[in-house]
Amino acid sequence: MIYGLLFWEFFKIGLFALGGGLVTVPFLFNLAAKYPWFSAQELVDMIAVAESSPGPIGINMATYAGFKTSGVLGGLTATFGLIFPSVVIVIIIAKLLNRYRGSDSFMNVMYAVHPAVIAMILFAGIELGRIVLINPITIFMTIIFWGAIHFIKLHPVVYIILGGIIGIILKL
Amino acid sequence: MIPLLQAELVERKKWLNDSEIMDYYSIGQCTPGVIAVNVSTFTGYKLGGFWGAVAATSGIVSPSLIIITILAKVINLFFDNQYMMHAFTGIRIAVIALMADVVVSMWRKNITDWRQLMIFILVLGMMIFAAVSPIWIVIATGTLGLALKRGS
Repeated sequence: MIYGLLFWEFFKIGLFALGGGLVTVPFLFNLAAKYPWFSAQELVDMIAVAESSPGPIGINMATYAGFKTSGVLGGLTATFGLIFPSVVIVIIIAKLLNRYRGSDSFMNVMYAVHPAVIAMILFAGIELGRIVLINPITIFMTIIFWGAIHFIKLHPVVYIILGGIIGIILKL
Repeated sequence: MIPLLQAELVERKKWLNDSEIMDYYSIGQCTPGVIAVNVSTFTGYKLGGFWGAVAATSGIVSPSLIIITILAKVINLFFDNQYMMHAFTGIRIAVIALMADVVVSMWRKNITDWRQLMIFILVLGMMIFAAVSPIWIVIATGTLGLALKRGS
């Protein structure tokens, strides 16, 4: 039964998570509040793993979240749920390809959805930050990291590994 | 991921030509879901119909499924280790900083006029004070975008 629910929840995310990248985070944050599947803190760890692994982040997040919820089969179910709506939609569009030039109206949709997605990711980031940044040193480290990420654009995995090393050295 | 798809599908395998992959890419952006997955589904459909689409899509998600499942298992095994706990505290800090950076760069690219700024403020307020589900926010702002029309 858990698998049915897992499929349904990730199906909805697959249908409504427009914009790519970290856009699944606010949706998963919502799931963490709604079900006892994984905690908000575990969500932060999932982001770290998803960002450090090859493959699309959305898929990695779904696999990990599903795995946390109910093991290997859970990971499969969540990933299948996430891609199911887009596969169906893409196959339909591929059939009608010549008529589907109307990406103009989609641009109009995204004109308003993009600011909303940014607000949602910001909100999720603030809530997750409140769990992680618990003392002056963690807050200070975040600012240092942010500066480094902003000015020296390297692959996220570099910063995640660096975070791990610094965590061990400083015994955070 | 897109340069990789282009190198493999257009140049090496010659399954698609340049204009086809651009088409698939722009449509992949306009459909829900992960863009790389959408491009794969399209390519699979073009080459082998429905089952081609299923095969290509399974192919692109398989590495993620395998790698993440193994990583999740391994992390579970070592989670009680003291060094791992320190490491993960540091890793979480890096993740929060990465999220902050994503927000800043998305803001720069996508918030271009006062109407979008209003939408941003409104949605943030709704998240903070009303805990509205992200699904409803996407539906509501998507509808609003159709009504507003970009640049008018």
